[in-house]
Amino acid sequence: MKPTDISAPSYFHKVVDCQWACPAHTPVPEYIRLISAGRYTDAYMVNWESNVFPGILGRTCDRPCEPACRRGRVEEEPVAICRLKRVAADNKDDVLARLTPIPTQKNGKRIACIGAGPASLTVARDLAPLGYEVHVYDAEAKGGGFMWSQIPRFRLPESVIDEEVGYVTNRGGVTTHYNTRIDSLKGMLAEGYDAVFVGCGAPRGRDLDVPGRKEAAANIHLGIEWLASVSFEHVTSIGKRVIVLGGGNTAMDCCRSARRLGGESVSVVVRSGFEEMKASPWEKEDAMHEGIPILNFLVPKEVLHEAGRLTGMIFEKVKAEYDARGRRQLVPSGEPDVTIPCDDVLVAIGQENAFPWIERDIGLEFDRWGLPKLNEATLQSTVPNVFFGGDAAFGPKNIIWAVAHGHDAAISIDKFCQGQDVADRPDPLVKMASQKMGIHEWSYDNDVSIDLRFKVPHADPAESLRSIKAEVELGYDRELAFKEAQRCLNCDVQTVFTTSLCIECDACVDICPTDSITFTDNAEEDALRVALKAPAINKHQDLYVADGLKTGRVMVKDEDVCLHCGLCAERCPTGAWDMQKFFLQTAKTTNGVPACASR
Amino acid sequence: MSYLKPALKHPGLPKNALGFTRRDYEGSISTLCAGCGHDSISAAIIQAVWELGIEPHRVAKVSGIGCSSKTPDYFLSSSHGFNSVHGRMPSVLTGANLANRDLIYLGVSGDGDSASIGIGQFAHLMRRGVNMSYIVENNGVYGLTKGQFSATSDKGSKAKKGAINNDEAIDLVAMALQLGATYVGRSFSGDKDQLVPLIKGALAHQGVALIDCISPCVAFNNHEGSTKSYDYVREHNESVNKLDVILGRAPITTQYQPGEVTEVTQHDGSVLRLRKLHDDYDPTDRVAAMNYLARHKAMGEIVTGLLFVDPEPEDMHAGLGTVATPLNQLGDDILVPGSAALEKLNAALR
Repeated sequence: MKPTDISAPSYFHKVVDCQWACPAHTPVPEYIRLISAGRYTDAYMVNWESNVFPGILGRTCDRPCEPACRRGRVEEEPVAICRLKRVAADNKDDVLARLTPIPTQKNGKRIACIGAGPASLTVARDLAPLGYEVHVYDAEAKGGGFMWSQIPRFRLPESVIDEEVGYVTNRGGVTTHYNTRIDSLKGMLAEGYDAVFVGCGAPRGRDLDVPGRKEAAANIHLGIEWLASVSFEHVTSIGKRVIVLGGGNTAMDCCRSARRLGGESVSVVVRSGFEEMKASPWEKEDAMHEGIPILNFLVPKEVLHEAGRLTGMIFEKVKAEYDARGRRQLVPSGEPDVTIPCDDVLVAIGQENAFPWIERDIGLEFDRWGLPKLNEATLQSTVPNVFFGGDAAFGPKNIIWAVAHGHDAAISIDKFCQGQDVADRPDPLVKMASQKMGIHEWSYDNDVSIDLRFKVPHADPAESLRSIKAEVELGYDRELAFKEAQRCLNCDVQTVFTTSLCIECDACVDICPTDSITFTDNAEEDALRVALKAPAINKHQDLYVADGLKTGRVMVKDEDVCLHCGLCAERCPTGAWDMQKFFLQTAKTTNGVPACASR
Repeated sequence: MSYLKPALKHPGLPKNALGFTRRDYEGSISTLCAGCGHDSISAAIIQAVWELGIEPHRVAKVSGIGCSSKTPDYFLSSSHGFNSVHGRMPSVLTGANLANRDLIYLGVSGDGDSASIGIGQFAHLMRRGVNMSYIVENNGVYGLTKGQFSATSDKGSKAKKGAINNDEAIDLVAMALQLGATYVGRSFSGDKDQLVPLIKGALAHQGVALIDCISPCVAFNNHEGSTKSYDYVREHNESVNKLDVILGRAPITTQYQPGEVTEVTQHDGSVLRLRKLHDDYDPTDRVAAMNYLARHKAMGEIVTGLLFVDPEPEDMHAGLGTVATPLNQLGDDILVPGSAALEKLNAALR
């Protein structure tokens, strides 16, 4: 293998699995260490800089970081990264003075953001500090978009949304136009904005098409619309027997909301198998914990009704069959149909993007799925001053993706407005710093905790089912948060090898608790992977190869299960191994310098 | 500084026949200087015992005093251990072996402990043929007292501060051959491919086995002019053979040309398969081995590998005709046969 180029930012970034997996690339180990140190405000600021909504995400994020967490590969469960984020938000002091200041001197450019969800608010957060005048439009009475209208209050209290939306909208530079529905993009463009950002989400729920649907319409509701009605308190009750159709997180929010509004017998019915459901495992768990069964392999066949009143639904039992190419097909199992009596049905079988308000004659092209044609990196549409982000860009994703899009779109808008090449993307900010303080002494806590994941305390189920607003998860207290934070392996503190200092004494090889280091003859990657002290079978993880040793061998380190404990560096007599903290911040307009002027 | 090695381990770590991973054979974290060759030898011992699938409680590790003699704390934490007096590992181990011949004895010593203060003990253990593996962690200096020449420092070699050694070195391998050791090897802490099989062979050997393992002292003997530094040993290392230890009926996976391989079946059934690296080397010929060593030493080479093995060794118990059962398994009536038996014995000696 060729020696590894560790100067490429992506090499060590990949080693920080959580940060690599996060769409916004939040420096996770950095803020977890700050939580350990009791520096909650600093931890909050690391988050705020990167993901804009730490308090909201700490309760609702899809947490792509956690399945990626290295801890999950050396013991049972990953670090509770998401819930630690909430700890930073819950325990911080006043942060207003630390937020990026908004200049009174404006730069003369006006930007419109359509929709006040996470993508638009991120664009506003990133552009306002540069002197842009940002106008945010939303049809609802408050900002937050999906975070406010769809996520039930028992998961995300209103006060948290108001606070973090307020950090964007209430500090100047951003003008909100709530209760204002935009019906024409053409009209919007005519208002002379320098750029328009479309962050209106994916507002249409997919409907059910089976016999009886129309006749029983009064008691069949589209999930996202029903959730919004609940959020706005237009709906305060539901029938005693409820069926929720669908296996995503919206379905989980629907069934748990229904339980709180009078649903006594609520069940979730999914077409697929339980394992293939789109909902996050923890959301399924929470639902089942509240006495909601999840029935799988049932395909809706007919809605039963009597005199215009819904009485139940018939489902066909199916099973999964896989063809030669591994594609799944649901085929009738031959078992008798299942009839479930009910008073209400909530349909949460997916969302579709709809842009009826965008005229088709303004040069904005759509693909065959009805989504705008965009440059994936710049999020620029075929109308140069119109940009998209969040669910409006590539269909339904989640909050953290919307934030990531917002950052990228803000860079594009800034460059566009300053007459720069939008395709020329700024590099991330990268720092490497040795953690050596003295002989065998590190400035990070290199002890590896062997505690298993700590459970987040929950409110008493009987209590929490009584109110739609009572938050179910109580969050870690400071003591639990400290213990959970100690489980983090500090994967950003990198093992950096200097060949010229190595005397090949094997001390690092002998001490490494996870057999990650081998000195051996070089070979092609596949051969090398199986020739190591412990075979490197996880091909998603890189091998760190260094050559130039006196014996002609190479040093190979399998990054896969390295605990970042620093023992290799502690036992190294010559300092050939060093522990260096890798800090990467993705480029944002708010890094202090406008993206267009950063190089 | 870390005092605990994290308990988390590689999820794919293989298990031996007993269901243990290599990490189950570890000890506490080493307090020796970073980069000490002794730590590599500890790692090689762990690897060898794990590979042989030995139950940890069947091993007794005995040591004297010195850096080397601290190391039994760093491996086999579930085995028996005795950290004895300076240079007295051989007599303590001999006593233990007399009392219980069922254990696997591992003596760990250094060049000071064995070639200086304990040289008499070393010599007598060798000639008695105590069934044990004697590992000398040989760094050629007194590390604990900051780097004076030891009895195994080569004549003419240079100390860290520049002093030249005027005294002739004691070659423990040559002594062991002369004194009747039945398994003699030399190795290097920086070459585990060679060292691990040598230790395995020694542990399986049913007589006295000596491994003289050159183990660079990073703090005091790893400089230019030293003959026990990583660089010097790597440059002058002449390995006579490559050993594989085969237990039971392990399949033979490699094909060798005739004459390339010597197989020695030891008394316990283990097979030592030696791939020749030097054509004229016969590891079962004691006199030839002594000659070969003397010749190559004069050429400035450090000869390593399995230098001599007697496949049918006799140990001390055979010579003494002692009881086969360990003393702790014999009843009081046998251990204390009574005055009548004493009378009878006394009468026989009159």
